[in-house]
Amino acid sequence: MTAAAILIQFLNGLASASSLFLVAAGLSLIFGVTRIVNFAHGSLYMLGTYIAYSLIEHFGRGPLGFWGAVLLAGLIVAAFGALVEIFLLRRIYAAPELLQLLATFALVLIVKDFALWVWGPEDLLGPRAPGLGGAVEIAGRQFPEYDLFLIVLGPLVLAILWAILTRTRWGTLVRAATEDREMAGALGVNQKWLFTGVFALGSLLAGLGGSVQIPREPANLFMDLSVISDAFVVVVVGGLGSIGGAFLAALLIAEIKAFCIGIGDVTWFGHVLSFSKLTLVVEFIVMAVVLVIRPWGLLGRQQSVPRSSGAAEAPLALPSRTAVQALVALLAALALVPVFFSGYALVLLIDIMVFALFSVSLYFIMGPGGMHSFGHAAYFGLGAYGAGLIVKSGAAMEVGLLAGPLLAGIGALVFGWFCVRLSGVYLAMLTLAFAQIAWSVVFQWDAVTGGSNGLIGIWPAPWLASKTAYYYLALAGCATGIFVLWRILYAPFGYALRAGRDSPLRADAIGIDVRSRQWGAFVIAGLAAGLAGSLSAFSKGSISPESMAVPRSVDGLVMVLLGGIQNLTGPVWGAALFTWLQDAVAREIDYWRAVLGAVILALVLAFPQGIAGYIGQFIESRRVKSAGAPA
Amino acid sequence: MSVLKVRNLSKAYGGVQAVSNVTFEVAAGELLALIGPNGAGKTTCFNMLNGQIAADSGSVEFEGRALTGLKPRQVWRLGVGRTFQITATFASMTVRENVQMALLSHHGRLGSLASIATRACVDEAEALLERVGMRAQADRSCAVLAYGDLKRIELAVALANEPRLLLMDEPTAGMAPKERNALMRLAADLARDSNIAVLFTEHDMDVVFAHADRIIVLAAGELIAEGRPDEVRAHPKVREVYLGSGAMYGATHA
Ligand SMILES: Nc1ncnc2c1ncn2[C@@H]1O[C@H](COP(=O)(O)OP(=O)(O)OP(=O)(O)O)[C@@H](O)[C@H]1O
Ligand SMILES: [Mg+2]
Repeated sequence: MTAAAILIQFLNGLASASSLFLVAAGLSLIFGVTRIVNFAHGSLYMLGTYIAYSLIEHFGRGPLGFWGAVLLAGLIVAAFGALVEIFLLRRIYAAPELLQLLATFALVLIVKDFALWVWGPEDLLGPRAPGLGGAVEIAGRQFPEYDLFLIVLGPLVLAILWAILTRTRWGTLVRAATEDREMAGALGVNQKWLFTGVFALGSLLAGLGGSVQIPREPANLFMDLSVISDAFVVVVVGGLGSIGGAFLAALLIAEIKAFCIGIGDVTWFGHVLSFSKLTLVVEFIVMAVVLVIRPWGLLGRQQSVPRSSGAAEAPLALPSRTAVQALVALLAALALVPVFFSGYALVLLIDIMVFALFSVSLYFIMGPGGMHSFGHAAYFGLGAYGAGLIVKSGAAMEVGLLAGPLLAGIGALVFGWFCVRLSGVYLAMLTLAFAQIAWSVVFQWDAVTGGSNGLIGIWPAPWLASKTAYYYLALAGCATGIFVLWRILYAPFGYALRAGRDSPLRADAIGIDVRSRQWGAFVIAGLAAGLAGSLSAFSKGSISPESMAVPRSVDGLVMVLLGGIQNLTGPVWGAALFTWLQDAVAREIDYWRAVLGAVILALVLAFPQGIAGYIGQFIESRRVKSAGAPA
Repeated sequence: MSVLKVRNLSKAYGGVQAVSNVTFEVAAGELLALIGPNGAGKTTCFNMLNGQIAADSGSVEFEGRALTGLKPRQVWRLGVGRTFQITATFASMTVRENVQMALLSHHGRLGSLASIATRACVDEAEALLERVGMRAQADRSCAVLAYGDLKRIELAVALANEPRLLLMDEPTAGMAPKERNALMRLAADLARDSNIAVLFTEHDMDVVFAHADRIIVLAAGELIAEGRPDEVRAHPKVREVYLGSGAMYGATHA
């Protein structure tokens, strides 16, 4: 690259860094004060872009119309954020961390469908900014004026935030709450309104981040998840709760991305190395490297003692005779289904069983393992692709069913080694990062994986070709997988895993190597998720990259959390309910995601322990009552 | 014979010299009390002994073997048991299961994927619980126990690997005075019967003077006195450090 090209790429990087910083700063502020990881932050950004688009259409494209719209969009999003805080988050601050996540996932679903309903599925590109629509010449090249404005915006917002946080009383309270929540409470800070204020400010930043993008990037329905993963990366690289860190990380990542685009394809010893394709993963690679070297991010500090995740879990009792009988009855009923039903019912049930196994495997590391994975779909997808690729290369389907889980297991072995070195939100983000890396490899490696088209023609062996035969295979595979996972939890291995989660200090002091235990669990869960992926691939006959994308990981989380992580069978019920809802509602209603989101919110607010947890408590209280009642 | 030899152990946190140049030994069958006011560096000392934190300088030898650089789980495997000042138990498990975990680990059976954990080492676990007086509560969840009971479980867990050195950080905190003496008597009996070396910290001077064979006194990270209970009680420096707390005088009259 010439010096001029380097300069231009550098400026491009600065311009992209600003928007990224705005969203990330909001996310970081909100986390710092409320300790809530707001998954809906990308949705707020998306709303900002859409609302700005509509307002400009309404006000006209003059300077006042444009800039007024950009600002007003930010304010509207801020007001929306405040309402969300008051009516939703306030009720769940004391709930387990995962439940809070689930609630913000639900918001993502609802906002997405709201945007679909209001703005439709088409991408909407806004007008150029009046007065900044041209380009200036820099080092002999044309550089958009609007990008210069963005370059100034980032540091400007940083300065304003810094001034608010250090020069105002409100800012001092925010910092105090970030440092030590209990102390801030003791100082008599009115936490309620402080939290609302912070959430509104964070939302404002997200909304503005989105609205200033309107001349550069069309509003579309996929912004939410792509922005949230970018923002997570920035916040984690910079250090949770650190605004300066977020700025530094946004700059670092945007610059690296810009240079990857700038370098383009390079021929190296006869191989073409595509740097521009790297942009999809480079931020995640940066994050993985930073987290391994500095587990708390560039400017972050070690988290104070992690919050307890709500009420302590009850000891794991061996299943009662009735429970075993019920499970056997359920299996028998499932085995009889093909006698009475055919076609669609079997397809749906195969889906449910596959996702039940997927969900139990995720529960395995989240519940007893205490490792919150945001990227579990990676192993599902690796299982699917492993099976598909080996079959495409001419191997038998039976071999594929072994190769799939094996590939997923190897993936988990490699990724897990890094992940178990972290904990809490940092671990969750690293799992997300690895899933994203796996996804983009699959997405871009056209020659092998078929790229965005995926693989087709992945059919089972002739003896399993009928739906009924395949149904029995899936039933056997999933039931065995789930049984093995459950069984391990009753074995010393599972107990040691829980021991490491309950008290790493005590576990270490009685000779348990917590990390290698978690690593082992990661691999076991990866194998099981891989089996689910392989079974799903042969059932559908095709594999698409979506099978390992972020939304699939989110689905898994929703299934587990819906069922409740306090109970072994919870993930199965969660998967069944979710898959059935998705299928039944999606066919009837256009906006099934919003319905699902609303159901989740209702469940979260009504049953903070998950469905199975709730039912368990209900039965327990009935038993206590009847036992206590005079005869 | 000395089971534990500590030489010139030091640790600083930023500007605070938490432990400086501490040297002492514990013999098999001996109860050594490590006392000192709050923040004297007792817990920091313990943490360096079992490998939880690395010492800045100095050495720790257990049965002639240097412990430098070993992790807590490795130190435990050598035969060192430990209880924590702030109890650390597995809250999602029952009392018995907590002890079973330590036993399974001791017998090298924790890697098993197939056996049923709760059915392993049941008798052994109950015997240990019997010793600390917790057998009746074996099926209760650790999450619902009183603090004093958790302390007992800590002791049972620490005994599971048949240690030859027992480190107890305030084993009786949170108990009623009568229970305290009972628990320390139990520890003393254990030490003598099984020839275990015991190092413990304790704020209750009655307990200390009633049960310790020897006492070492830490103040602001430095060892200021060492000797038999009566010697330590009469030591002018110790009186100075404890002046005003009344603890020493109470003990004198007891
Ligand atoms: N992780 C740490 N970081 C910074 N300072 C520490 C840390 N741990 C201990 N200290 C300091 O080291 C000194 C010794 O602490 P330590 O906990 O060892 O005292 P202690 O004698 O056990 O007190 P107590 O009787 O209250 O348990 C104290 O000044 C304490 O503040
Ligand atoms: Mg202490």
